[in-house]
Amino acid sequence: MSAIKAINLTKRYGTLVAVDHINFEVSIGEIFGLLGPNGAGKSTTIGMLTTLVKPTEGTALVNGYDIVKQASKVRQSIGVVLQEYTADEDLTGWENLMLAASLYGIPKNVAKERAKELLDMVELTSAANKKVENYSGGMRRRLEIAMGLINRPRILFLDEPTLGLDVQTRAAIWSYITKLKTEYNMTILVTTHYLEEADAYCDRIAIIDRGKIARIGTPKELKESLGGDIVTLQIVGDIDLAKEIIASMDGAGEMRVAGDTIWMSVKDGGYMAPKILESLNKNGIKVLKISITQPTMDEVYMKYTGKSLREEQSNWEEAFSTMRTIRKARS
Amino acid sequence: MGGSFFNYENHKKGEIIMEKQDLSPLHGLWALTNRELKKWYKAPFILLLSLVQPVLWLGLFGKAMNIGNMFTSGLNIPGLNIPKQVIDQIGTELIKNTFGTSDYFSFLAAGMLSFIVLFTSMNSGMMIVWDRRLGFLNKLLTTPVSRGSIIMGKVLSAVIRSLVQATIVLVIAVLLGMQFKPGLSALDIAGTYAALFLMSLGLSSLFIMLALRSTSWESQMAIMNLLNLPLLFASNSFYPVKLMPSWLKPIVEINPISYANDISRQLLLGATGMTSIWFDFAFLIAFAAIFSALGIVLSWRFLNS
Repeated sequence: MSAIKAINLTKRYGTLVAVDHINFEVSIGEIFGLLGPNGAGKSTTIGMLTTLVKPTEGTALVNGYDIVKQASKVRQSIGVVLQEYTADEDLTGWENLMLAASLYGIPKNVAKERAKELLDMVELTSAANKKVENYSGGMRRRLEIAMGLINRPRILFLDEPTLGLDVQTRAAIWSYITKLKTEYNMTILVTTHYLEEADAYCDRIAIIDRGKIARIGTPKELKESLGGDIVTLQIVGDIDLAKEIIASMDGAGEMRVAGDTIWMSVKDGGYMAPKILESLNKNGIKVLKISITQPTMDEVYMKYTGKSLREEQSNWEEAFSTMRTIRKARS
Repeated sequence: MGGSFFNYENHKKGEIIMEKQDLSPLHGLWALTNRELKKWYKAPFILLLSLVQPVLWLGLFGKAMNIGNMFTSGLNIPGLNIPKQVIDQIGTELIKNTFGTSDYFSFLAAGMLSFIVLFTSMNSGMMIVWDRRLGFLNKLLTTPVSRGSIIMGKVLSAVIRSLVQATIVLVIAVLLGMQFKPGLSALDIAGTYAALFLMSLGLSSLFIMLALRSTSWESQMAIMNLLNLPLLFASNSFYPVKLMPSWLKPIVEINPISYANDISRQLLLGATGMTSIWFDFAFLIAFAAIFSALGIVLSWRFLNS
């Protein structure tokens, strides 16, 4: 059984189709990333999976429960950490955890035990009795994660868990997330705008654009879908001959030539480069310089959404909410 | 990390485990109510600020509009030699006949109880708008807490706040010279609180309903400012129904504030009422029941997007 299975999941707002018949599965114990521009349907998808938004058509199974017919069961079995900081600033970290526990109907004595363990886990024990308004951004995010784990969920939904945080804190947050996966086999569905994080930590990624899944796969597969690595050669000798030789080899992709330099995309650069060198040398062509580069997630994202992250537009409410999150993260 | 938090066998195997407890439909209700109350009593400045208005009304308007003084300040009609006692007597009876009690200050003080309850109850709508704006509401909606509890937590906290603040206003009014009827019993006070409770229950449910889908606190503020004074002036808070023009009377007679005032004046001051106290209570119970039920029903339908 898979942890999440979306079946023709669709949401329409009037004539706008926010999410358009998407189908995907997330396996148990997987870190699954959702990428996509604002307004692409990412938040609506998470909203539906976490029972915040009712689908117009189709459904999804979360932990085996139907999000439409068994919403309450779904809610009991998942943890949700939203992009916004939802802890109450006027209360302490401890009080927030106890509030979260009571929302899940967890008895007080059990809740106290769990809250202690969770605070320990996210290293907030010493700050437990401080008001949340005095927390730093990283501390707030860690508290949010602890709150999301109070009901021992099998699946954790994380919406932009590292937005606005500094590099070190981002790394720390990701180390908690990967530990949840490796030690407890927890399934994690995460969205992020930091493409290099998705690349580094996600087992699989779905890129959503205009309400549809544009591409789904492991980070490696996604990058390879652009044609694998890019090999750049600078040569001395007959460049046309070199081109011919390389083109005749197995696994050679698109090629471009400028002056004495050849660029080509190949499936596996590390494997191909020595072979190319060998063939060229055999034919008396000298290679001055060779380099292998990999396409990054940025290029993958560009290819499937047609835009870079910076060009995005969003409505003012989303913009304010993002600004507020970032401001708190930096406090 | 470590620890025993997730350390049991089936968890590692990746099986789905569920908490075995049956969730009561009311779980989380008190926790959510308590959250609002904590935010409130941890900010005493705001509490004091909300008391300023009714106290100013009492101190300035209530003292200056001292209608009783009209007669005792010396009435002298040329050509007629009316003894002072007669004028006093006529004055007292005139006021009593109009206001139901001969003491305008006490009449107004009872009105100020519903004033503070109205203003505090109205704020319940604001609380839900803020929770939506800050993302807290979305977080709540992903938990198994019932939608009704989310609404009733707000309503209940608004009711508790209203009653506490009404108590403070009542104490201040007494210090400023409010006078109870002779032989005031505990039952009279309990009845007054019951009336204020019902009014607050209905009003906070009403204002939460208006805010269910709203993300803009500006428009919520506009609604509050639009409704608060008209609601007060179209009630018997400041003046009795008797003095009102005939077109205003039907409006006043469907305004729940009028009935709460009518109860508190009859019970606390021994005033002659607008109608019988049983009708007052019947009206308020119906008002509170209908609007709180409506609030819960609508929350199931409209709290989610």
